[in-house]
Amino acid sequence: MDPVRGVDLAFWYILGISIILLIGITVVMIVFVIKYRRSKHPVPVDIRDNLNLEVVWTVLPTLIALTMFWVGWQSYLGLRNVPEDALEIDVAGQMFSWIFVYPNDKETENQLVVPLGRAVKLNISSWDVLHSFYIPSYRIKVDAVRGMDTYAWFRADKAGEYDILCTEFCGLGHSQMVAKLRIVPEEQYLAWLEEDE
Amino acid sequence: MSTVTEHRDSQHFPAEHASFFATTSPPGQKGIWAWLLTHDHKRLALMYLWAVFFWLTLALLLGLALRVELMAIGETIMPADVYNAVFTLHGVIMIFLFVIPAIPAIFGNFMLPIQIGADDVFFPRLNLLSWYLYMLGGAVAIVSLFTGDGFADTGWTFYVPFSVTTETNVSLTVSAAFILGMSSLLTGLNFVTTVHRMRVKDMGWLQIPLFTWSLYATAWVQILATPVVSITLVLVVLERFLNIGLFDPDRGGDPLLYQHLFWMYSHPAVYIMILPGMGVISEIIPVFSRKAIFGYKGIVVSSLAIAIAGSLVWAHHMYTSGMSDVSVFVFSLLTFLVAIPSAIKVFSWVSTMYKGSILMTPPLLLALVFIYLFTVGGLTGLVIGAAGTNIHVHDTHFIVAHFHFTMFGGTGFAFFAALHFWWPKMFGLMYNFKRAYLGAILATVGFIFHYVPMFILGMQGMPRRYFDYLPQFETGNFLAGFGGILLVAGILLMFVNLWLSFVSRERAEGDPWGGTTLEWAVPSPPPVHNFIDVPRILDYPYDFSEVLRRAAEREKGN
Repeated sequence: MDPVRGVDLAFWYILGISIILLIGITVVMIVFVIKYRRSKHPVPVDIRDNLNLEVVWTVLPTLIALTMFWVGWQSYLGLRNVPEDALEIDVAGQMFSWIFVYPNDKETENQLVVPLGRAVKLNISSWDVLHSFYIPSYRIKVDAVRGMDTYAWFRADKAGEYDILCTEFCGLGHSQMVAKLRIVPEEQYLAWLEEDE
Repeated sequence: MSTVTEHRDSQHFPAEHASFFATTSPPGQKGIWAWLLTHDHKRLALMYLWAVFFWLTLALLLGLALRVELMAIGETIMPADVYNAVFTLHGVIMIFLFVIPAIPAIFGNFMLPIQIGADDVFFPRLNLLSWYLYMLGGAVAIVSLFTGDGFADTGWTFYVPFSVTTETNVSLTVSAAFILGMSSLLTGLNFVTTVHRMRVKDMGWLQIPLFTWSLYATAWVQILATPVVSITLVLVVLERFLNIGLFDPDRGGDPLLYQHLFWMYSHPAVYIMILPGMGVISEIIPVFSRKAIFGYKGIVVSSLAIAIAGSLVWAHHMYTSGMSDVSVFVFSLLTFLVAIPSAIKVFSWVSTMYKGSILMTPPLLLALVFIYLFTVGGLTGLVIGAAGTNIHVHDTHFIVAHFHFTMFGGTGFAFFAALHFWWPKMFGLMYNFKRAYLGAILATVGFIFHYVPMFILGMQGMPRRYFDYLPQFETGNFLAGFGGILLVAGILLMFVNLWLSFVSRERAEGDPWGGTTLEWAVPSPPPVHNFIDVPRILDYPYDFSEVLRRAAEREKGN
């Protein structure tokens, strides 16, 4: 499955169940407060526990939680398993911009250009403090750590411009550390790759 | 105090029942020294109360300033360097000076000894020392604001390498956190010892009220986890002064090591923050339902389970950090398991109200708001506990909204509920209900309008700790600002209303709500030695038959 779709389905699954639970708890709470208000229901019933009920509301949420874990984990695997034919680009974070280095050693700042339709693997590191490389549209994010290589990948399936943000606080220019991802047709990409900036 | 009210006071409390306000402990202290050198757990609780009010109000206003800054693109009311220092200061104050200490240090100190039938905590002098450490920590934080190159701009997480390289006064700020950690640790030590050694003879482990149980579970986490963060903070200072290279990859160090050490404390710390709040709710719901708490044992076990399992999930803050996928698997799985005990508590609270006899009061309303907001916080925690979805929203506004729902909607509203629940006990004064409701409703509506837009901003991809943002994030930030104003106004109204109880001086009886735990068996405010006679311990701590009998008699009398 497409990793973006995998993550989005995991969101819908977890949020959907959560909203049902939230509405359930809230409605029951409000009904009890109104129905059993002291003016209408002056004598409470002495109920202290109910083992069966407690077992049910322990086991059932555990099972639901485990399915959520599994859905989340599967969608995570989608983000981690890089197709073998991926185009590799090196990325470095620095205070306060993103540097991209292409296979032919072309280097750009704050501009990532990739060919439409290809899987792109980004090998990420940092030149100074921690940064975190984030493309919201492709649901990918990974920290840039000095002295360590991390990676992320996405399939450039739709031409256009997308935001690249830094999500690990890195100092004064943290919110200015914004780059653009441009997905262009293959021939345009190849022409761009040979250009001198 | 005027002579008239003094006269009224002395009328109300005959000499043998004189409250702790009138008697010093140790005896014979005069004036301000009766407070500054006191060993009385109740006086210390009030001294914490005033200090916490100060810090909470300050940090609320700082938080509001941050959101006003974000209401429009670009610089609005402060430049970026000030913004970065302000969000760090907001976080440091809220975490170390409000959320961690507030409920244990104020209500724990006041109520824990009384709930177990004791006169004081086991180490009263150590308790006083804890208060001085708390004040010293706060003072050091203030000093670090105005010395060196200004307050730390790292966020309260102090992540390396940034915290080691930034010019600002990080060393002094983490020293403040270190001192505050000591204060919290000693309070924990005191509570564990007190619960073990000071309970009245008849009180077995399963007769201990749930608030005390939650403090007991919390105290163990405080004792076991705080040293880890203390050492970590010392390492940051050593790194800044001696340049050892522990976290510096160029010299074989590891920046991830810092994150592991930091969260090894700071994740258990979120349970230090929430467990006492859950304890408060477990007291309030049965009292106003006049009905036994549903599943007492389940709640006790879930408190302990949270304390233990909560210590094993720290790296769920680090899915994107570059740690191995195996670690992500393990920590995500454990995170889902720690959700279960919290769910059990929520179900138990709601079930307690089933077929109860429910009286709406400000503390109950705040407790119900707690359940709602904490449930939202807990459920959104599932989104970020799951590995794949975490990657998208990690370090975005979604996280900001999530932890404010748990720490503010949770612990914060539990604190407000506790204030309204125990205020009559602590001061012997009742507050105005109408203003309390108005404040609570304003704060709740403001809260939802403040933080729900942040969930959406986070899903859209707006990072946290952002001074400025892209145009697509403007609407959400603008709306959140309005909610923030309502929220702060509501909270300040609640505080002013409580303060006005000193003006109206409407007397509260010893047991204004009809509670079963021992604090309701002593006068309001309690005498310096809490119990005149050896207290009678109920077989089951939430047995309301006595309360109901008294209520029925009063009914007949009318």
